[in-house]
Amino acid sequence: MAEIPKEEYIFKCTSACAGCSSTLCLRYVLKAAGPDTVLIVPACCTSVIQGIYPRTAMNIPVYNIAFAAAAACASGMSSAYRAAGKKTNVIVYAGDGGTVDIGLQALSGAFERETDFLYICYDNEAYGNTGMQRSGSTPLGALTTTTPGGKIHKKKDIDGIVAAHSPPYMATACSAYPLDLYKKVQKALSIRGPTFIHILAPCPPGWRFPADKTIEMGKLAVKSGMWILWEREHGRLTVSGPSRAAMKNPAPLESYLKAQGRFRGLDAATADALQQQVQENIRRIRCEVEEPCA
Amino acid sequence: MRMMATGNKAVAEAVRQAKPAVVAAYPITPQTEIVETIASFVSEGSMESQYIPVESEHSAMAACIGASVTGVRTFTATSSHGLLYMHEMLHWAAGARLPVVMANVNRALGPGWNIWAEHTDAFSQRDTGWLQVYVSTVQEAYDATLMAFRIAEHGDVLLPVMVNLDGFSLSHINQPFEKVELGDFIPDMRLPHAIDTANPRGYGPLTGPEEFYRFRWDIERSMRNARAVIEETEREFAERFGRSYGWTEEYRVEDADVVIVAMGTLGKEAEVAVDRLREEGVKAGSIRIRWFRPFAPLDLGGRDAVVIDRDYSFGFGGVLARSIRSTTGTAPYSVIAGLGGQEVTYEDMAGFVRERRPGEELWFGVNSHV
Ligand SMILES: Cc1ncc(C[n+]2csc(CCOP(=O)(O)OP(=O)(O)O)c2C)c(N)n1
Ligand code: SF4
Repeated sequence: MAEIPKEEYIFKCTSACAGCSSTLCLRYVLKAAGPDTVLIVPACCTSVIQGIYPRTAMNIPVYNIAFAAAAACASGMSSAYRAAGKKTNVIVYAGDGGTVDIGLQALSGAFERETDFLYICYDNEAYGNTGMQRSGSTPLGALTTTTPGGKIHKKKDIDGIVAAHSPPYMATACSAYPLDLYKKVQKALSIRGPTFIHILAPCPPGWRFPADKTIEMGKLAVKSGMWILWEREHGRLTVSGPSRAAMKNPAPLESYLKAQGRFRGLDAATADALQQQVQENIRRIRCEVEEPCA
Repeated sequence: MRMMATGNKAVAEAVRQAKPAVVAAYPITPQTEIVETIASFVSEGSMESQYIPVESEHSAMAACIGASVTGVRTFTATSSHGLLYMHEMLHWAAGARLPVVMANVNRALGPGWNIWAEHTDAFSQRDTGWLQVYVSTVQEAYDATLMAFRIAEHGDVLLPVMVNLDGFSLSHINQPFEKVELGDFIPDMRLPHAIDTANPRGYGPLTGPEEFYRFRWDIERSMRNARAVIEETEREFAERFGRSYGWTEEYRVEDADVVIVAMGTLGKEAEVAVDRLREEGVKAGSIRIRWFRPFAPLDLGGRDAVVIDRDYSFGFGGVLARSIRSTTGTAPYSVIAGLGGQEVTYEDMAGFVRERRPGEELWFGVNSHV
């Protein structure tokens, strides 16, 4: 960990929930990006965590923008920096709702236009800011305040959607593996054009697990194959270190599901469907990595 | 230099001369010609802006906001449903004190798809904190667009400005106009709160009840400041280029007993109605309101007013008529006419004056006493 800078861009004592992993991730994202960076934040938990005017918890300019507008705002900012000949990093840090639902149109437009920016979606698999409603990214079977009987639809494949735009670089990450995230952010920022990092960010109040289990929860997600860490550079997919073992020999999904209150009351058929999704995801990735596919 | 152009082309010409660093726009009839013209200027190299062909109007305004906050000049154009789709972002632009300039080609709103002129689109944005000016000729569309950049970016204002021109009856009408040698009429943009990574700050964070109202008051204070800036800008424009406009354009008002009050192209058409009425011995005049926000100061001098609204606030009344009633204390004859491009000739207008009923409301083509 020696190579990670000591500079902090998020001050201590933010208003994040105890054990919030998306804040932890942001800390590493900013360390990787350095001070010549503007963060664009749509409505989400992060817009609360930064603090209340006139104070700020961030040692970096943060531009707050409407829920649906983050990627488009980044297009404008990035173009203005290009016009001015500046190299400032433009990073969107958005929740899953602001990415896979309301912000999808702007995201798609910015990627199609090859905006030079990094779009990071921290995925807590629900609308945290407004109190844990379902989002398009909420997994099948999860309880939220708007799916009190468990979500009946499966998680939207935002990575597939972004990949269809053929960005030069995209990756997944997880808050339980900050060094992996740190390196991916650095790589993304070294590449011109639109880049995308999708971070699984376990959320104690949303997922209903104790605040001291955040890292454990992320590890369970990766080890069970529920979340796979990979990078896609110019279309070429590679599986990242922590996921390689899980791809070969995934831990039982049950250990992940059982540890969270949001999967309480999951019926056998839904648990089975989730298990099948995991297998299908592993199969698809393996297929692509080990081409030609069997 | 004298040339012929449509209202849309004249706006694009003014934008080229103002040299925004970033233009982000999305097409919609009858505005499309503006963004097409700008796109071709950029593509042929006669304009050095970054042109961002966004995927929606919401994104167009978001992109202008993102660009503007870095301290550079920005422009966009829209109309009707595009403007409404932007509505949320209009508040964000004004609230963030960003001097974005936008041309809005006034058009009606569906359902009943209608591409013709109406002012409801822009009037619906009345309380967003944008300055709004309404023009009536190709020359004025060009001149007002140039002035809009200077007014918006003035240190005492720093609010976005919307230049409104009527769909088709101005956007697509060819008229001769005079291009100016702009020189230093629009100074370089200086945004005191431009993003600076060497001096990190939060932009638009959570703001509690003890602070929020101060920001709102600040917008209102700048709206008030804008009055002097508008006057100064128009005065200097007149000195340099020889054309002046003012808050309102008045025609034969001095000795008039009755005035027609209207906006945009109908405000111009009213002048012909006035001439017609004068021939009949009716002492008529006309007042065309140019600035809707900040609202033009108006003194009717006790005259009868026939106010033509190309808009309607359902359950309430014509927006212009009600505004005039509340600012002058008079009870005008309120005429709702020209909705969705409904034809209103100078003859019709003369009829409104002849048969006026102060304090009452007429829906042209609907009420029986027309
Ligand atoms: C147009 C609009 N609709 C709704 C909201 C209310 N809102 C604010 S944040 C939010 C949910 C954010 O969820 P997500 O993007 O997943 O981020 P998180 O809060 O989980 O960090 C919602 C619904 C809004 N700000 N704007
Ligand atoms: S709700 Fe979840 S993501 Fe939001 S601050 Fe709390 S822990 Fe973090």
